[in-house]
Amino acid sequence: MMKSNTSRPASRPALRLTLAAVCAVGTLAAAPAHAGKDLDAVKARGTLVCGVNTGLAGFSAADSQGKWTGLDVDYCRALAAAILNDANKVRFSPLTAQQRFTALQSGEIDVLSRNTTWTLTRDASLGMHFVGVTFYDGQGFMVPKSLKVSNAKALKGATVCVQSGTTTELNLTDYSRANNLQLKPVVFEKQEAATGAYFSGRCQVFTTDASGLASVRSKEAAKPDDHVILPELISKEPLGPSVRRGDDEFFAIAKWTLNALLEAEEFGITAANIDTMKKDSKNPGVMRLLGSGTEDTGKPLGLDKEWAYRAIKAVGNYGEIFERHVGPKTSIGLPRGTNNLWTNGGLMYAPPVR
Amino acid sequence: MSERAPKKKRDWSWRSRAARGLMYQALALVLIAGGVWFLAHNTQQNMEVRGIQSGFDFLDQAAGFDIGETMVPYDPSESYGKALWVGVLNTLRVAVIGIVLTTLLGVLVGVGRFSRNALVRGLCYGYVELFRNVPILLQLLMWYLFFVEVLPQPQEAWNLADLFFLSKGGFAFPLPVWAAGHGWMLIGALAGIGVGWWWRRRAQRQFELTGQDQSRWAVPVAAFFVLALVGWAVGGAPTAWSLPEQQAFMVDGGASATPEFMAVLVGLVMYTASFVAEVVRGGIQSVSRGQTEAANALGLARSHQMRLVVLPQALRVIIPPLTNQYLNLTKNSSLAVAIGYPDVVSIANTTLNQTGRAVECIAIIMLVYLTTSLATSLLMNWYNKRVAIKER
Repeated sequence: MMKSNTSRPASRPALRLTLAAVCAVGTLAAAPAHAGKDLDAVKARGTLVCGVNTGLAGFSAADSQGKWTGLDVDYCRALAAAILNDANKVRFSPLTAQQRFTALQSGEIDVLSRNTTWTLTRDASLGMHFVGVTFYDGQGFMVPKSLKVSNAKALKGATVCVQSGTTTELNLTDYSRANNLQLKPVVFEKQEAATGAYFSGRCQVFTTDASGLASVRSKEAAKPDDHVILPELISKEPLGPSVRRGDDEFFAIAKWTLNALLEAEEFGITAANIDTMKKDSKNPGVMRLLGSGTEDTGKPLGLDKEWAYRAIKAVGNYGEIFERHVGPKTSIGLPRGTNNLWTNGGLMYAPPVR
Repeated sequence: MSERAPKKKRDWSWRSRAARGLMYQALALVLIAGGVWFLAHNTQQNMEVRGIQSGFDFLDQAAGFDIGETMVPYDPSESYGKALWVGVLNTLRVAVIGIVLTTLLGVLVGVGRFSRNALVRGLCYGYVELFRNVPILLQLLMWYLFFVEVLPQPQEAWNLADLFFLSKGGFAFPLPVWAAGHGWMLIGALAGIGVGWWWRRRAQRQFELTGQDQSRWAVPVAAFFVLALVGWAVGGAPTAWSLPEQQAFMVDGGASATPEFMAVLVGLVMYTASFVAEVVRGGIQSVSRGQTEAANALGLARSHQMRLVVLPQALRVIIPPLTNQYLNLTKNSSLAVAIGYPDVVSIANTTLNQTGRAVECIAIIMLVYLTTSLATSLLMNWYNKRVAIKER
């Protein structure tokens, strides 16, 4: 895992618990929310506070200068560019799996962009709204090559390291019961501890989302080639950002910023060609998206005409973000697969920006 | 004939000290109640506004996650309440075994500080200073690393006579298959304890009457084992054992202690025992030298001096701070979550995440620790009263 000298969350479990408790107390003390409050707060503050993973290469990880990079991170930058006219006006708040929802509920962060699976329970009962899907994922298994196992059904009785507080933990149990595998989970609070235990040999198997496996294998394994990711994906894990309930305007902006990034890829708009496109393109769709025509897509959102232009200019279109952080040319090397545009056989589909 | 005391007139004026005291107390009570009400009300309102569901109804819902080690049978389709109970039992397992081992080790080391052997003294001193000055979390991580790095893979576990297996998967050992005969054995053992107790009382009375000292251990120990054996034989002498067996990815069968459990237990015991050793040392030093000299003058052997004269007096000083250490051990066991031991904090964390009921789950954790701690201190206070100086 990437180490950084930036402010990381308190690393002691006792502290974490305290933090969770403080968050809970934060819920106690905060004043009741009003519609539009979150957006106003972001504008008044001048920065967007974005909850990210403490360190998951390709999605959100801080480099040695403390600069956050990754797919989840870039979504927040795009959102900041759309609302605050500056992609750098984001404060990243690294969160564990357990802290994330409380942090969002208590108002500690404005948006949660932390490889979080969209499920019914989370969407309906945690006081939050999922904005969309930034990454279609599925849960997989990683095993040492020396184990000579080629599929997950052969793992009968194996010990599995897993991070607590994730959908992963539930899927693992479901899969184990459905296939009578008697997998034994060893549950860790931090992903770092779970991978550490796996690499030390405490568990024969490490499980998380397939993208996470690729990230862990490339960044944390002493020799990435010594570990294989088994072919089975045992669950659907649509990962996406989420916002707190109670501010529909902010929710709409968060949703449409993501759609704008997808739409941009569909129109072939990139960070590099966006200015020429804005100047020259006569495609009405492009003109609408970039605000170069007479149509104002910003107005219904309470933003100005160039909101999407700024977002795309700051981080590029969705395809660019993908290729830059997790694509085949990066060390993580994930194929585009289901995350390709619908026009290319993938699942990424944005409702029309009009 | 007795005269009735004149009825005291209650003075409710501001000048009455008693009345003022009452008013202050009432005011404090109202403030505290108001504060609690404000927090509770505000929380509830906020959660409603944000559409966060609350309540303890989730305890009946199916948990859906598995737990690595359980003391009672547990299935993922059982409720969150059951899962939390499994966590509580895991916490208690560490706490109870830890407290027993800590007491033994702590007393040994504490007494060892007074040894006439310089090496023993030095070792005890070094142990105390090393273990009480390194943070407990680091020690837990160190022990865990030790267990998972040094030991072999489960596929090639160290194996003693095909009965004991030690590997990264844990320490596996044979366990008798439970049968009715074991119940009889337990009854026999209990009867043995009863007989032993009776024998010791009898020996004590004998000693007080005649001055003849008899061994207080031989007969009770013999009674314990013989009666247990008789019970076992009466119950049909069950001999079935569940033996650990080497399998593809693990050692299966028998009973086993996972590396997580061992690391938590060893870490907590080593850490807390260093404090207990100091408590014991302080207690012994608090007994005035004159007591030892007097015992010497009576011609008591050194071991008798310690056991009969010094320790009983030292106990009065030792028990209250010892209680503190027991409570610390129990509460520190919550750090186990860092190394993947499924204690109540770990299970509650998972529950919190799956259900999103943060306030409720934190409340449950607090309640569990509060209950165990209060129970421990009640027990220790009772014991403290028993050993306290009886004023005559």
